[in-house]
Amino acid sequence: MATPTLEKEDAKPEAGFADSPYITITLRVRRFNPEVSADATWEDFELEIDPKERVLDALHKVKWDMDGTLTFRRSCAHGICGSDAMRINGKNRLACKTLIKDINPGKPITVEPIKGLTVLKDLVVDMDPFFQAYRDVMPFLVTKGNEPTRERLQSAEDRERFDDTTKCILCAACTSSCPVFWNDGQYFGPAAIVNAHRFIFDSRDEAGEQRLEILNDKDGVWRCRTTFNCTDACPRGIEVTKAIQEVKRALITRRF
Amino acid sequence: MKIHKYDTVIVGAGGAGMRAAIEATKRSRTAVLTKLYPTRSHTGAAQGGMAAALANVEEDNWEWHTFDTVKGGDYLVDQDAAEILAKEAIDAVLDLEKMGLPFNRTPDGTIDQRRFGGHTRNHGEAAVRRSCYAADRTGHMILQTLYQNCVKEGVEFFNEFYVLDQIIVEVDGVKKSAGVVAYELATGEIHIFQAKSVIYASGGTGKFFKVTSNAHTLTGDGQAACYRRGIPLEDMEFFQFHPTGIWRMGILLTEGARGEGGILRNKDGERFMEKYAPVMKDLASRDVVSRSIYTEIREGRGCGPEGDHVYLDLTHLPPEQLDAKLPDITEFARTYLGIEPYTDPIPIQPTAHYAMGGIPTNVEGEVLADNTTVVPGLYAAGEVACVSVHGANRLGTNSLLDINVFGKRAGIAAAEYAAKNDFVELPENAEELVVSQVERLRDATGSERVAELRKELQETMDANVMVFRTEQTIKTAVEKIAELRERYLNVSIQDKGKRFNTDLLEAIELGNLLDLAEVMAQSALARKESRGGHYREDYPNRDDVNFMRHTMAYREVGDDGTETIRLDYKPVVQTRYQPMERKY
Repeated sequence: MATPTLEKEDAKPEAGFADSPYITITLRVRRFNPEVSADATWEDFELEIDPKERVLDALHKVKWDMDGTLTFRRSCAHGICGSDAMRINGKNRLACKTLIKDINPGKPITVEPIKGLTVLKDLVVDMDPFFQAYRDVMPFLVTKGNEPTRERLQSAEDRERFDDTTKCILCAACTSSCPVFWNDGQYFGPAAIVNAHRFIFDSRDEAGEQRLEILNDKDGVWRCRTTFNCTDACPRGIEVTKAIQEVKRALITRRF
Repeated sequence: MKIHKYDTVIVGAGGAGMRAAIEATKRSRTAVLTKLYPTRSHTGAAQGGMAAALANVEEDNWEWHTFDTVKGGDYLVDQDAAEILAKEAIDAVLDLEKMGLPFNRTPDGTIDQRRFGGHTRNHGEAAVRRSCYAADRTGHMILQTLYQNCVKEGVEFFNEFYVLDQIIVEVDGVKKSAGVVAYELATGEIHIFQAKSVIYASGGTGKFFKVTSNAHTLTGDGQAACYRRGIPLEDMEFFQFHPTGIWRMGILLTEGARGEGGILRNKDGERFMEKYAPVMKDLASRDVVSRSIYTEIREGRGCGPEGDHVYLDLTHLPPEQLDAKLPDITEFARTYLGIEPYTDPIPIQPTAHYAMGGIPTNVEGEVLADNTTVVPGLYAAGEVACVSVHGANRLGTNSLLDINVFGKRAGIAAAEYAAKNDFVELPENAEELVVSQVERLRDATGSERVAELRKELQETMDANVMVFRTEQTIKTAVEKIAELRERYLNVSIQDKGKRFNTDLLEAIELGNLLDLAEVMAQSALARKESRGGHYREDYPNRDDVNFMRHTMAYREVGDDGTETIRLDYKPVVQTRYQPMERKY
């Protein structure tokens, strides 16, 4: 006997349970391909799916069974790699962490590229400006003097101080949900500030002042209008707005 | 077409590629070609930790770690390489801490350590705390920390560049690396990167299985590019099935969950691992635990209406401990299964996780053209490579270690080689193979669909070459793969454009998976014994007389163009440890 296989004759369910009822959904996708047309359009796809599956599974069904030209980024499919941030029913989410049943599948499900970054094709946007803002905040540990032979010591409390902002996967869901960023792409944006926070509040780091000066710029933290869109959008549950507030406070008090 | 010239080119930007890049960039003009943005790499999905005998919380030393690695690999490990891995582990962890990695800390402020499968004190006496970790996000932290340091060092990345061919040129009878050919996803343009040194660090091949912890993008691109140019592949029959994937989805739930005290239970609530591994129980090595789970399922003690899974029980652990040590995996259970791990056990099944085999290298990361001959200028590190430190079964936490130790070694060795050697002249029309491959797929009008062939491949691999194998099941897989390879010639895609053509990309990836699945199945068929992750029900015992040797698979092309696989073997390096029966 071979390995007990979990395959059923009906091999449809990629996830969820065998007795799950399939439902029919409409996926309404924003399409754009400059090789074909200069205009973006909406296209509806009707498909059957287990509601416990992910929006990413629905996109795959379209791409694999209906229209191979549908283009999107994805990799890990469980919310760790940050490839598939998109605007689903008007909210920024990861397609692989959003289950169909949770987004009102009785109505058409809209899927659009994240906003504020140039759309290159369908759901694929130009990520380079996003990563440039990240690079600009010195997102790396800076220390002075001789390195110790063993590890640097850090108390569990000091480690906990910046734990929340270490979770960032650079998916851009926060930055591309920010109205300030939509209006002015020069703003560093929440993700870059989160990554500055991660080092400013790390007890081992010695470049906090430099990072604060970078964020004191006219395109820095003061542009934040505290709308909390970023916090709502973060698929990792990072309290993004709070992190930005802490950086603002550190700029005023110079204590961190 | 564009031609670029670099001293060192690195293919892949996961842990091994970026660790290599940090070293190579300091020493040579370096480019990193990666099909994903670096932070998308699957190193980020690793959870539990990185092994190193720091002895921060209890007595430990690198010799015990070496022994565990050799035993864990069922004695197919090259022991000289395992010793390097265990010795250099300590500096590898300290390097990462100095680069900024936010490890969990002990009350003294040192790096905290926890238990993990197969890691023991004094040669198997009891479980030892050896895994350095950051909650259940250790891989994420390693990937982020290495990317941060690549930014700091000014590493040059070519993002979404897909390497499709390895250029090998024969100079005075010696095969040398001359560079690579890449496809730029954004534009569809072909690029030649001429380089003195090339390092492959492009990861694993898990997507030829259906239930897998691997990302969609793990399609063995580096292995396939080298294999097609005459480089052998070592020990491809050895694939690890991680015991605890989310039922049916395959999403990884770290062994750290059992390191923190989690227990596997069957439908009767029995802690069944006590029967199979009386000392290490739930923390026996992964191959042992995965076989035990399937034994329970086959003997009718599986859970659920179809009895097709078992439970990972964390309900006896305090919620604060789960929140602090296992926040991500408990969230996966909530998100994807709607289960609250504080109060309910999590349904799991083994999931295809890690390729022990790959491109053969020596301990400097130099790629081998046969059992002994180095290919000058060609290097590999991480899951794409086979050093071999994992032998027939990798221990948990040894892969994050492998990418750091051998990524660093390969980065230094490749840059030093580049400093001392000249470019190898490019052959005429070096891009020819890639151009014809891309054009053929773009213009094809056949009736076969990529998604259908991939699905059939994954189904046959899951059914026939997973945890349990027999001659009959493997032959079934071999025949099916041959059929799929034939049908692949008749595949067509719908997207005919140049811009971000992921339809084309998936077709190319499927070609790679088919080639590698064939190598895996043929290697498995020939290994008539059971060892580590390769379990043959028709040959249930390890056979050191006939099979204490590495498989080396070569692609051979006959005069009429027919492709065959030639299997050869390579001796295992044994230093300190004589093979013993493996018990946990």
